[in-house]
Amino acid sequence: MRHSLSLKVGPVGFRVGSDWRAPIAQLAALYEGYPSVDVPDFTVRLEALRPWRRWVRPSVAIHGDYRLPEAAPLPLAQGLLAAELGMNLQMALGYRRHLLLHAAVVERGGRAVLMSGVSGAGKSTLALMLGQGGWRFLGDEFALVDCASGGVVPFPRAVSLKNGSIAVAAEGARLGPMLRGTPKGVIRHVAPPGDAVARMAEGASPALLVFPRFGFAGAVRGLDAAETFVRLTQASTNYAMLGEAGFRALTRLVEGVPAVAIDYPDGAAGVAQVEALFAAL
Amino acid sequence: MTTNLLTRILSNPACASEMEAPQWTAILTVARAEQLAGTLAQRLAGLPVPARVAAVLADAQGSAEQGRRAALWEAEMVRRALAPLGVPVVLLKGTAYVAAGLAAGRGRSIGDCDILVPREALAPVEAALLAAGWEWVKPDAYDDAYYRQWMHELPPLIHRERDRMIDVHHTILPPTARPTPDADALIADAVPLENGLSVLAPMDMIVHAAAHLFADGDLAGGLRNLWDIHCLIGEFGTGGLHERAAHHQLGGAVARAVRLAEALYGSKGTAGLGAVDRLYMRRLLARDGWGRETRQGVRFGFYVRSHALRMPPAMLARHLWIKWRRRGAPASG
Repeated sequence: MRHSLSLKVGPVGFRVGSDWRAPIAQLAALYEGYPSVDVPDFTVRLEALRPWRRWVRPSVAIHGDYRLPEAAPLPLAQGLLAAELGMNLQMALGYRRHLLLHAAVVERGGRAVLMSGVSGAGKSTLALMLGQGGWRFLGDEFALVDCASGGVVPFPRAVSLKNGSIAVAAEGARLGPMLRGTPKGVIRHVAPPGDAVARMAEGASPALLVFPRFGFAGAVRGLDAAETFVRLTQASTNYAMLGEAGFRALTRLVEGVPAVAIDYPDGAAGVAQVEALFAAL
Repeated sequence: MTTNLLTRILSNPACASEMEAPQWTAILTVARAEQLAGTLAQRLAGLPVPARVAAVLADAQGSAEQGRRAALWEAEMVRRALAPLGVPVVLLKGTAYVAAGLAAGRGRSIGDCDILVPREALAPVEAALLAAGWEWVKPDAYDDAYYRQWMHELPPLIHRERDRMIDVHHTILPPTARPTPDADALIADAVPLENGLSVLAPMDMIVHAAAHLFADGDLAGGLRNLWDIHCLIGEFGTGGLHERAAHHQLGGAVARAVRLAEALYGSKGTAGLGAVDRLYMRRLLARDGWGRETRQGVRFGFYVRSHALRMPPAMLARHLWIKWRRRGAPASG
């Protein structure tokens, strides 16, 4: 490919190739300081739909080792988003070294809080705000749970902030371009705090499972094991693929870690709720 | 060039020690694109490879193992659904290789469950599968009628709970193709497994793999198909193969499969290949180190050829015209 970049995020090596320079340059800027990798786990290709579409109405088709036929192409201005989606797609379709949960993870004192929920529940915003307030940011897209040890492994990708939450990014943080008109509105990527990258080989033990919901009056509800189990199977992209190992890892997580659903009206309140729940453990 | 690296390491795993990181990257990428990653992992098991390569291969191995289990379970579900009918049910392709414990099944990725049943049993087989939870994939009336009238299989079915596809064949080539394989002989000579299902007799297995590749398809997945053939020949030899191929009117396709499998995975290399074989080789190896399809002209030629083989020109024109008019239109029926 004309332009390419390799990078290692936590245990996973990616190689991203592109027909255009811009997405790779933006990716390189956002992931400055990440190690490169000689043999990647996954390849992502950002390719023109047809040869002439490199210049005429440039449109980025997302390809790679694993393919989702209905993944729609994006305009070149959203090339960075295409790269991020491509990496997520490879993980969701092909990764089987850990149990994958669609969740954000932060850590303090070796103990991790996993926050799982649908898109728009506020995982990324909460994780970034906690990461700026004394917690270590382990990731905002996938929680990687080790099937043997039960520990959670960092996967600190760039955080994708949407619409109103973009203002949460800290002063001086490394930012991607403002991506307007995406299927999810305005998106802007923020590089994780520095210690998240420096310590990304260092795992943690899950201590609390949180299912946040943004935009409601503050409330906390404890979840029983059955409901937690079902919610997490829905949040996992490779639970079925892992077979018995996945079942054991998930069972262990559900039985060993308390789970709560929280409603929160704004970021500061959500952070306070997580802090309070963690302190009460 | 890059794809050559994959075929070379599959045929001679000892050359793993010569590979540097960029070669490994290309090999792993092409292996995934060609559905040969699990096979590669099996071939390299126990050999020293770099840690990052070993991790990717371990994933591929786990994935193939899960795929094998799912394929065998699916075959068992089919067996249970069809057992009351008392008709012979022959497993084909990947499911057959793993069910019979053949070398071709080691690490093999398996997609759909393909079975062969007698043509006269199609209606009860279809009814039994529908009753057991399978559903139509293609709701389009033209597609449905096309399959039923002109194809060697029923329109594909998918199981509503397990999300697995089944292809029910009554022979191994479309009736519109020029060769007419002897479907009755395929079933009569099939080898029963312990559970009551069967697999094709060894030489028929090779004939089917070759038919699938050269008389029916555009050579997509060709590297894997030829690996299957290479393994089948390694296990069963070629005694009686040519007679059997001739009986099914597939002598040319089988001879070509044997030559190309030898050229890609054997010890002799490409020395004995003619000009047409070399064109096939160009198509089979048309992929770069990023997993991209290359040589679009050659690919397109083989795509057109695959349709031309399947039906006479007037019928092909009508078929493509109907498909073209319907492109993008919502499925009806």
